[in-house]
Amino acid sequence: MQVPRNWRLQKQRYSLIGEVCEHCGVKLFPPRDVCPECSHGAQTLYQFTGMGNIHSFSQVFDPPNGHIENTPFIVALIQLEEGPMVTAQLTDIDIEHVEIGMEVEMVTRKMSDDGTEGMIIYGYKFRPPIVD
Amino acid sequence: MTIDNREPDLQAMKPDIPVGIVGYGAYIPRYRLPAEDIAKLWVGPSNRVPVTEKSVAGIDEDVVTMSIEAARNVLARADVNPIDIGAVWVGSESHPYAVKPTSTIVAEAIGAVPNTQAADWQFACKAGTEAIQASTGFVGSGMTKYALAIGMDTAQGRPGDALEYTAGAGGAAFLLGTAEESVATIEGSFSFVTDTPDFWRRQNAKYPQHSKRFTGEPAYFKHIAECAEQLMHALGTKPTDYAYAIFHQPNSKFPQQVAKVLGFTTEQIATGLLAADVGNVYAGSALLGLTAVLDVAQTGDRILLVSFGSGAGSDAFDLSVNDRLSLCQTLAPTTKDYIERRTVIDYATYARYRGKLALI
Ligand SMILES: [Zn+2]
Repeated sequence: MQVPRNWRLQKQRYSLIGEVCEHCGVKLFPPRDVCPECSHGAQTLYQFTGMGNIHSFSQVFDPPNGHIENTPFIVALIQLEEGPMVTAQLTDIDIEHVEIGMEVEMVTRKMSDDGTEGMIIYGYKFRPPIVD
Repeated sequence: MTIDNREPDLQAMKPDIPVGIVGYGAYIPRYRLPAEDIAKLWVGPSNRVPVTEKSVAGIDEDVVTMSIEAARNVLARADVNPIDIGAVWVGSESHPYAVKPTSTIVAEAIGAVPNTQAADWQFACKAGTEAIQASTGFVGSGMTKYALAIGMDTAQGRPGDALEYTAGAGGAAFLLGTAEESVATIEGSFSFVTDTPDFWRRQNAKYPQHSKRFTGEPAYFKHIAECAEQLMHALGTKPTDYAYAIFHQPNSKFPQQVAKVLGFTTEQIATGLLAADVGNVYAGSALLGLTAVLDVAQTGDRILLVSFGSGAGSDAFDLSVNDRLSLCQTLAPTTKDYIERRTVIDYATYARYRGKLALI
């Protein structure tokens, strides 16, 4: 079970792939295989557009290991245009320009690395769209 | 044994099935470091800098993340299911891992895995154009429907070295498919390589070395001029046949000089000449010039593209623009959109972003 599980997590982390409930149409992120609205099975993969709005945000000064070079960074609660709420870092923006309600888009960036010899972990972050 | 030194039969490389660019995408990071700032630090105020400013990748960016964004821009323009992409090839001299391909991570992120070829290419600044040539062969032989070729770099210059003024970050991605469904057909290409000791980096060295004596005339100018002339000769074209010409741009001056030598005008190279704004983005340099041209080119325009990679060699391409280009130009951010999205940083921030300071 471990290999498919990791594979699925990787897809989820790189490009916001979740699930859609074929019964009621609700989109799920992260994927959890059972629809929280109607309790039917929801295992059809769904690629989110990556567009969303900032619901709330704060700056992290005391980060977990592996994030030291990136500190301070901004973490936001983002409402995806399909509905789900995700927590993610913001990038390519300074804290004084962040506003609640502002439009953001998903990008894949380096999340952390395990020193100079370990693996580099990539995942989704959000930033203001290149074109307004 | 005697050496058969007859003149080779100079023909442009062309596949059996005509091939073209089905989609294209640029990427340039947000940060800019003015060359004047670097000059101030090392040699005092100077107006003799080789570019105005260079692009700098953010602390969370590398060739993997930048390639993923360029590839997503390709897919926004191409209307192709990523599972039909039979090769993902990334050319760079700044792959994040010495061993572990950039290309598999990019392929995974865009949904091209698992039934695809994936490989990383390396030939200094021409690693991206050779991925395009290989893709042309892969598609043109019928081995696969589509191949994705990327040239991307986060170039590094040793602090205080002449290369530090220009070593920038950025690049572009191209999806190759049949000419029928392409936005620009590849009419032919040509390669010209010799063993030239102009620039190198050993396996475990952080920064490259270069030999001043070999940088200009015997390396850049010779390879680009020979390659361009031989391609035009093979195809029976002349400089005035091209609406645009793009040459590798290690600074602003070299491409202007080589254009003049070959008989191209300032107008022909202006659109694809981006070195003043982004610096030398190595494997992405000529390719970013090509995306800037594709952003504005019109049906029937002919484009000449010539890369240069130290070591040394050039790949030249002749492209002609099809009707479909106008339908996809605005479906993803343009090269100009990325150039205009700029935040100027100082040398200290640059040193932190690019790992030039060690945290103890
Ligand atoms: Zn449901």
